[in-house]
Amino acid sequence: MLTYLLRRFGFIFLTLILASIIIFSVTQFLPGDVAQIILGQFATEVAVENLREELGLNKPLHMQYLNWAGGFIRGDWGDSLVSRLPVRPMVMQRLGNSAMLAGLALLIYVPLGIILGVIAALKRDKMPDQLITGVSMAFVGLPEFVSGLLLITFLAIGAGWFPANSSIDPDSTFMESLPYLILPAITVSLSGLGYIARMTRSGTIDVLRTDYVRAAELKGLSGSQVLIRHVLRNSLLPTVTIVAMGIGWLLGGLIVTEAVYGYPGLGRMIVYGIQRQDLPIIQAASMIVVAVYSFSNLAADILYGLLNPRIRVGK
Amino acid sequence: MATANPAMVTGLFRRIRRYPTTYIGFAIVFLFLLIALFGPMLAPYTYTQQNLAARLQPPSDDHVFGTDQFGRDIYSRILYGSRDVLVVAGSGTALAVFFGLLLGLFSGYRGGMFDEIVMRLMDVILSIPPLLLAMVILFSLGPSRVNVIIVVGFLYIPMVARVVRSVVLELKTRQFVEAARLRGESSLYVLYKEILPNVLPPLAVEASMRFSYSIFLVASLGFLGLGVQPPSPDWGLMVGEARTWFHQARWVLYFPAGAIAVLVVGVGFMSDGLRRMLLPGGASDA
Repeated sequence: MLTYLLRRFGFIFLTLILASIIIFSVTQFLPGDVAQIILGQFATEVAVENLREELGLNKPLHMQYLNWAGGFIRGDWGDSLVSRLPVRPMVMQRLGNSAMLAGLALLIYVPLGIILGVIAALKRDKMPDQLITGVSMAFVGLPEFVSGLLLITFLAIGAGWFPANSSIDPDSTFMESLPYLILPAITVSLSGLGYIARMTRSGTIDVLRTDYVRAAELKGLSGSQVLIRHVLRNSLLPTVTIVAMGIGWLLGGLIVTEAVYGYPGLGRMIVYGIQRQDLPIIQAASMIVVAVYSFSNLAADILYGLLNPRIRVGK
Repeated sequence: MATANPAMVTGLFRRIRRYPTTYIGFAIVFLFLLIALFGPMLAPYTYTQQNLAARLQPPSDDHVFGTDQFGRDIYSRILYGSRDVLVVAGSGTALAVFFGLLLGLFSGYRGGMFDEIVMRLMDVILSIPPLLLAMVILFSLGPSRVNVIIVVGFLYIPMVARVVRSVVLELKTRQFVEAARLRGESSLYVLYKEILPNVLPPLAVEASMRFSYSIFLVASLGFLGLGVQPPSPDWGLMVGEARTWFHQARWVLYFPAGAIAVLVVGVGFMSDGLRRMLLPGGASDA
């Protein structure tokens, strides 16, 4: 297990380095010169040249990369080209905001998805199953900007239950943001809900087919006893992994959802960064997203190995 | 591969019948294909035709779905847009399937160093969330239709390659492949004649899934303003633009959003149905 963990950490380290190279090099092919972008089009040639020198833009590309990566590791993530403020506190604050939204969404869709999945499995191929399976398939496929905007028109503008816009002060505490978080969290939850429900359903069906469940039934245990003591204990284990694997999905959903509601999280920050060509923001925020993504994938794999010892053999 | 016998076929139809969503999915996709083929001919206006005197008009006889902020006919724009979305997402998917198939076949069949390097590269691409990678690449390439197609194709190569490779690895140990090799057939022959036909069913399922994700991705990029650019009738872009106006004119939002929702759900149903038909006994068939 230890060598497996070491290998996986080594791989994550390598992945982050390669991902940083991808992100760095991709952001180099910008239309236009960074120094020119900072100073605006009316800057004198001398001023632009001086700034290029100051930012190290005249050095060869690999030196620029090493400078940037070294700074990133030391915690110096540069200054925003737009606001001129240090990037790191901003990114960390938005990360916290995104985590609040993600946390609330997980609280909604994980329990609900499990309940629906188990119901569908028990009523397999009957009306409840077809309904749950069909609706969850529809929700999985629905883009967040469609479901989000529809929720806004019905629940915010139509019914007036929630604020239509979540562009709150990025400094807000959880309790201050809560009313603004509910609609975005529901939006993110819709696709996650379908995913968890489907996975729970097929996991539960697999367990229902096993000999030990049949034995438990034949031994005369009541339906609910079989369900709780034999089926759920086994079928819910993989769900833990599925939740961790779903974090990647969640991250993509957050980017779009935050843009729909204007919620100040990492996703909106990246979209704004791209619109304003704010390189340090794009680079730092993307690296953080990749890191979160990699570590949640690692967590998923480790949990899977822990919960299912059969997989571990041979690794 | 076993040829289809009557029992298999009835089994197949029984499986489909249990899930009416499969029919719905195929019907929706077929309908959208028809719209993409013939829609633009039936459109009463072109997708750029402006009429500032008739801005944000509610649905009427002249404009079935109403008009947008420039007085453009939303119904016509949606008809034209269907071609856009199917072409962009479809070509992206085709690129991914083609290159993913090649990489997966050779990587799985040859094994060794080549396989190791290809698969680690795929892992690195997979370690960046697709939407984020698409945004960052489009940021540097510049947003345009062709670039969106390239990015979608590139992003989904690893997923296809992985699926194909795992099937090839399993097939490699089967006796009919072994037999062909012992007969002295060339690698290309074995890959093309013995392995490829067996890769096709899972590949078709994977391709249909990639297609639904591609539509999702293309629409999301359009919505964020980072994909296909105005005045294109891209549905995602239309929804994005509608955000400014839907407080006064709901239909500006409802129709393109509805079109995306119906298509995405239809492709999802179809892909799920394909999985049940072509890969019975798989995990999601349970």
